[in-house]
Amino acid sequence: MGKTLFDKVWDAHVVDSIQDGPQILYIDKHLIHEVTSPQAFNELEERNIPVFRPEQIVATADHNTPTLNQHLPIKDELSRKQLEQLSENCDKNNITLYELGHKYNGIVHVMAPELGITQPGMTIVCGDSHTSTHGAFGTIAFGIGTSQVAQVFASQCLLLTKPKSLRVTVNGKLRNGVLPKDVILYIISKIGTNSGTGYFCEYAGDVFENMSMEGRMTVCNMSIEMGARGGMIAPDDTTFDYVKDREFAPKGEAFDKKVTYWKTLPTDADATFDKEYHFDAADIEPMLTYGTNPGMGIKISEFIPETSDASFEKALDYMNFKKGETLIGKPINFVFIGSCTNSRIEDFRIAANYIKGKQKATNVTAWLVPGSKQVEAQIIEEGLKTIFDDAGFELRQPGCSACLAMNDDKIPQGEYCVSTSNRNFEGRQGQGARTILASPLMAAATAVEGKIIDITKQLKKEVSHEYTSV
Amino acid sequence: MEKFKTLTATAVPLDIENVDTDQIIPARFLKATNRDGFGENAFRDWRFQKDGTVNIDFVLNQPQYDGPILVAGDNFGCGSSREHAAWALTDYGFKVIVSSFFADIFKGNALNNGLLPVQVSPEFLKVLMTTIKANPKTKITVDLVAQTIGIASTNHVESFEIDAYKKTCMINGYDDIDYLLSKKDTIEQFEKTLI
Repeated sequence: MGKTLFDKVWDAHVVDSIQDGPQILYIDKHLIHEVTSPQAFNELEERNIPVFRPEQIVATADHNTPTLNQHLPIKDELSRKQLEQLSENCDKNNITLYELGHKYNGIVHVMAPELGITQPGMTIVCGDSHTSTHGAFGTIAFGIGTSQVAQVFASQCLLLTKPKSLRVTVNGKLRNGVLPKDVILYIISKIGTNSGTGYFCEYAGDVFENMSMEGRMTVCNMSIEMGARGGMIAPDDTTFDYVKDREFAPKGEAFDKKVTYWKTLPTDADATFDKEYHFDAADIEPMLTYGTNPGMGIKISEFIPETSDASFEKALDYMNFKKGETLIGKPINFVFIGSCTNSRIEDFRIAANYIKGKQKATNVTAWLVPGSKQVEAQIIEEGLKTIFDDAGFELRQPGCSACLAMNDDKIPQGEYCVSTSNRNFEGRQGQGARTILASPLMAAATAVEGKIIDITKQLKKEVSHEYTSV
Repeated sequence: MEKFKTLTATAVPLDIENVDTDQIIPARFLKATNRDGFGENAFRDWRFQKDGTVNIDFVLNQPQYDGPILVAGDNFGCGSSREHAAWALTDYGFKVIVSSFFADIFKGNALNNGLLPVQVSPEFLKVLMTTIKANPKTKITVDLVAQTIGIASTNHVESFEIDAYKKTCMINGYDDIDYLLSKKDTIEQFEKTLI
């Protein structure tokens, strides 16, 4: 029987198996950040265990960093200490750190791919559930807890039971205005937030084959929101072209040799999956969430469902929405374009393309937070910053920012925020804040209109604009 | 890690589905660099109103409910990988979480911290919720050795699954680091075979 992409990468990393128990999986790259690593360093220190393979670890500061005045000392004492601790720990253990202000600093899931640290066929872990992002390259990448961070520090391995396999296939042509974010929000709205639990997902079909690496990362990023530990897309020429010539990618002959290997990774035609879903690209519209988990999403043309159960009603109550109503026309005062889901250059190009020549509505506070210093530099270089400035948008400095509101970037109590991030949980963007997840295009349109609009109707009038998965 | 074999105690019914780790411990409390004290902020935004007053409608603030077992709705622990959620629950005093479904990363984090996740059928979960709500003094018995959970006063017992390796770890208080370190030679040998 044939093997899946996941099987091939997993099997190549199994060091040993415990009888009737888990397997020892070797980890190629370990990414760390300031929030989930300090306790792991403490544990090793207390037990007098050295870091086994420091050269396979890369650190960045992202979760708890300010997005304004990064050159100044951080005001919040706890935040400052957490960053100092990361620097100290990396220094002591010879770990490469891209600290605040470094030209490679950025959100861990934006920084690693753009530096070529992420490569097909690898196993990558990080103490962050959105590590699934790196699966876009055909890697096994998943989030781990801090105890596991300590395990990887100590042994470069993890004890794991092989998950079951799931494949989501989307074929057809996406409509104008439907972006990768809409595709993944649509999938989660259809299959729910826990149908992926216990599975590793592969995304297949021509929709993903025709997607850019940025788009594929957006999709794989949200795999965890349907419960799957990770999501993967088969590596192809799009992947190889993206990786080639990046800072830490293999060069010359070494690269060609890798490509030969990477080409063997896609799922065999006769491989089978434990669970499969099929969707038609033509059924997907721009998506919005109306509730307090990412599975509570509807197409722009749809109405909030009339479900009756306590958890559903609790969510609507929190959001102050009613069953059966549309979201079109809802006034919105906050817009956030950023996070490891949608803060890559392509996301800002899409936003800028829409915003150009328009003005932000006066009621809206619109934050644009690039995923990395490199994305920030590219925004300026391509002239996108001028477009944003002219339209009244605020371009801030890189970091996780209002996605989880650990720093000062919080949405006020009771306010709605149309956000390109990945979670609409209660209080995620600030105590009492109400999050509506959407694509960068929907977010940009909301900021310009000051309310939610049916972007598809507007695009029909603006025939010159093509917004599809690039 | 603390050892766990059996426990008979009262339980707290948290009848809410999809409890995510942002609710268990909000992100603004993740700035600490050690594992202690997270219990103080467990379920912070459900336990307290924004002005700091106690939310008397929330189950953890209702004096009739108490105990080291948390009985929660489906898909408990979804969302972020933050192990701080497991630390917050153990620091608050919980030793067992019962639900009809657990998110993957949370389940692993709980097991790595001596917090036992017990997955029961939706029907049994309903019985537990109803029984505890009707009588908050109801004692629940969790037997890890026999892999059963039951209501002490009735004959309602259900068995639960747990990975055999993880069960041994919980019973003996071992953790994965000890095991992995014992395999260092094998790991080094493996590294030589990598492409």
